[in-house]
Amino acid sequence: MPALINVAKRGHSCMDVVSQTEPPLVEPLEEVSDGLTTTERLGAARGELASRVVSSRVRLGARLVEIWTSRELLMFLIRKELKVKYKGSFFGLLWSMLNPAAVLGVYYVVFKYFMKSQIPNFAIFLFSGLIVWNFFSATLNGSVNAIVANSGIVKKVSFPREILAISQVGTSLVFFFFQAIVLIIFLVGFHYAPAWNYLPLIPVAMIDLLLLTTAISILLSAMNVYLRDVKHLIEVLLQVWFWGIPIIYSYNRVYHHSKLLGWFFLADPVTPIVLAFQRSIYGKVNPLHSTYLNGGDGPILANYPYHYYFLMLGWVFLIGVAMMIVAFVVFSRIEGNFAEEL
Amino acid sequence: MSSAIEIQHVSKQFKLYQEKYTSLKERILHAGKLPYEEFWALKDINLEIQAGKTTGILGRNGCGKSTLLKCIAGIIQPSSGQVIVRGQLAAMLELGAGMQPDLSGRDNIYLNGSLLGLSRREIDKRFDEIVAFAELEQFIDNQLKYYSTGMYVRLGFAVAVNVEPDVLLIDEVLAVGDERFQEKCLDKVKEFQKEGRTIVVVSHAPELMRKLCDEIIVMEHGNVAIVAPPGEAIRVFRETLITAGISVPDEIEDDELSDDETAPVKHVHRKAEFLSLTVDYPGFGERPYLVTGDPLRVRIEILAHEAIPSARFGVVILTEKEEVVAAQLSGELAGGDVLDEGKTGITFVFDTVPLLDGSYVANVDVRDAHGQYLAFAVPGAVFEVMNVGQESGLISMPMRTEMDSDVTSIDA
Repeated sequence: MPALINVAKRGHSCMDVVSQTEPPLVEPLEEVSDGLTTTERLGAARGELASRVVSSRVRLGARLVEIWTSRELLMFLIRKELKVKYKGSFFGLLWSMLNPAAVLGVYYVVFKYFMKSQIPNFAIFLFSGLIVWNFFSATLNGSVNAIVANSGIVKKVSFPREILAISQVGTSLVFFFFQAIVLIIFLVGFHYAPAWNYLPLIPVAMIDLLLLTTAISILLSAMNVYLRDVKHLIEVLLQVWFWGIPIIYSYNRVYHHSKLLGWFFLADPVTPIVLAFQRSIYGKVNPLHSTYLNGGDGPILANYPYHYYFLMLGWVFLIGVAMMIVAFVVFSRIEGNFAEEL
Repeated sequence: MSSAIEIQHVSKQFKLYQEKYTSLKERILHAGKLPYEEFWALKDINLEIQAGKTTGILGRNGCGKSTLLKCIAGIIQPSSGQVIVRGQLAAMLELGAGMQPDLSGRDNIYLNGSLLGLSRREIDKRFDEIVAFAELEQFIDNQLKYYSTGMYVRLGFAVAVNVEPDVLLIDEVLAVGDERFQEKCLDKVKEFQKEGRTIVVVSHAPELMRKLCDEIIVMEHGNVAIVAPPGEAIRVFRETLITAGISVPDEIEDDELSDDETAPVKHVHRKAEFLSLTVDYPGFGERPYLVTGDPLRVRIEILAHEAIPSARFGVVILTEKEEVVAAQLSGELAGGDVLDEGKTGITFVFDTVPLLDGSYVANVDVRDAHGQYLAFAVPGAVFEVMNVGQESGLISMPMRTEMDSDVTSIDA
């Protein structure tokens, strides 16, 4: 006598293949990579730890944590950027050096020989400021378009979008290190010793530079989604900005011309960073009070004491932090509509 | 059962600009008078999606189902309200989003994997599995620009499913690649279900949803119409389609048919003419559909201009594509062989309708003793069938399983 068994479970018809499977989490589970069973892993995931909130209001702290957990993605994006940028070109990454080298060369020739700049070791002076500016301007030029150019993933994948702007900072940072290596080769080649005792300024200035650049990058990348003019505006602005920073002329010239103008220059947060770089790398020539009297170019670098530079950099740091907060707030406010605006 | 996703008072407003001003000049010129309409894609949605269950979101185009999914995924933020997601989430909204054609397949796996939230270590571990799943062993170090579309999509899917998320969101991406690969994708989804992962599927294909989902959310104009088991939900979904005057998907758009619906019943033959043709079923008038298994009554009124001996009626049920599903010839008339002159009302009864979902047409003709057609009722009466069970296919064929009592075990 055949026994009749109703195969359909939980009221489902037997034609429904999928729902015939046992109720979830009852089956023996295989070990997964981290040594926990899927149940445990899922169980752990369901705890408060792994929960994520999507809402119109984004908390700054939560955002920073999210960015921190995405740091590997950041690395991959930077690698992608570097790989894609010079893919198929023969010289590859060498191009990243040739552009600043050409700029450096042109400025050197023009200002040393045609404009008769009196700054001794002009090449070193120029390089130590230009390396900061190259990083700053290349990052802003790249990051302003970072979100628009990656609209494909912004619209379809969820991740902290600030990463796209930050990856531009990272990419520029790689080029910065290449240029720094060339600068060191320069110094060694010319037997030019930096101001050793001022060198601790560099890491502090670097932190300031990263903070400031990242903040502006995040802000610009978001603004450009809504106003595509921002991209062009920043290109023009950077052109003008460059001449407003004592890179090919000395800050002291400005300061001696007008104290007010000097303070005005210092209000530009990039200037103290450039000054710190110049002071620690080029700084040895300082102070040249005598050449000023002799009709020379005047004191190239102010003979400010050590702590004065730190004070300036501290000020820039505060500006950087403030801008970073503004950037995050603005970004999170308008980020919600990126997917539709792109 | 705990919830994997909590959607609390989520609303999303879009601004529909008649013209889009993204340049500064235009923004200044049109400052303060941007012509836009407010459009609420989601209106105060409150839902809880159970952990370990597969939930479908069903709705017409523009009902807000994709917007809701994007809110869950965190791709767009709601205008108000919040979504709480517990566990690692992976969204498959577009396969291969963010793939770089200039990079190799290998690099793309790492980039895409980390976009979806995998760590490098995790990708290292799953790399071979991903490549094997995508069937791209030979090509993995080639640049993606040399890949075919199929290879591209396979790679995208392989990465996405190997994220092994606690919550997986799928937006109409299961229909990718060739049939064999689709099968593989579905198998993977079923495997996920077995493992107790939470899956949210968005689709406007009810049949796929019926097969996959434990529960379906039907969306309508930014609101949740119903949250119910598949049978009931799909019924409601079809109902919304019917009330909106839209043909049910999976069937062809009814073109000629709907045009004729308003046309009067035509005289075809002088000897007799149909005055009316209606259908009736339990609940007729209260709901615009017949439930599978219920009886169907097809009622006609015929006016015979002369007595017709041995009249027989052909009752035909057709699909919207005009395929004949069933054709029955009526028996002899009760009152003898003759259809009397004048008006007669006749009802044909189908005791049970095994049809599953769809729109059908009942048509009646009358023929004389020689089989000669005398009149057709044109057009036929349209009726909808709703399947509240979980069966799928064309018709309902109830089945039972028998097992020999002396056999102790059987192969699955």
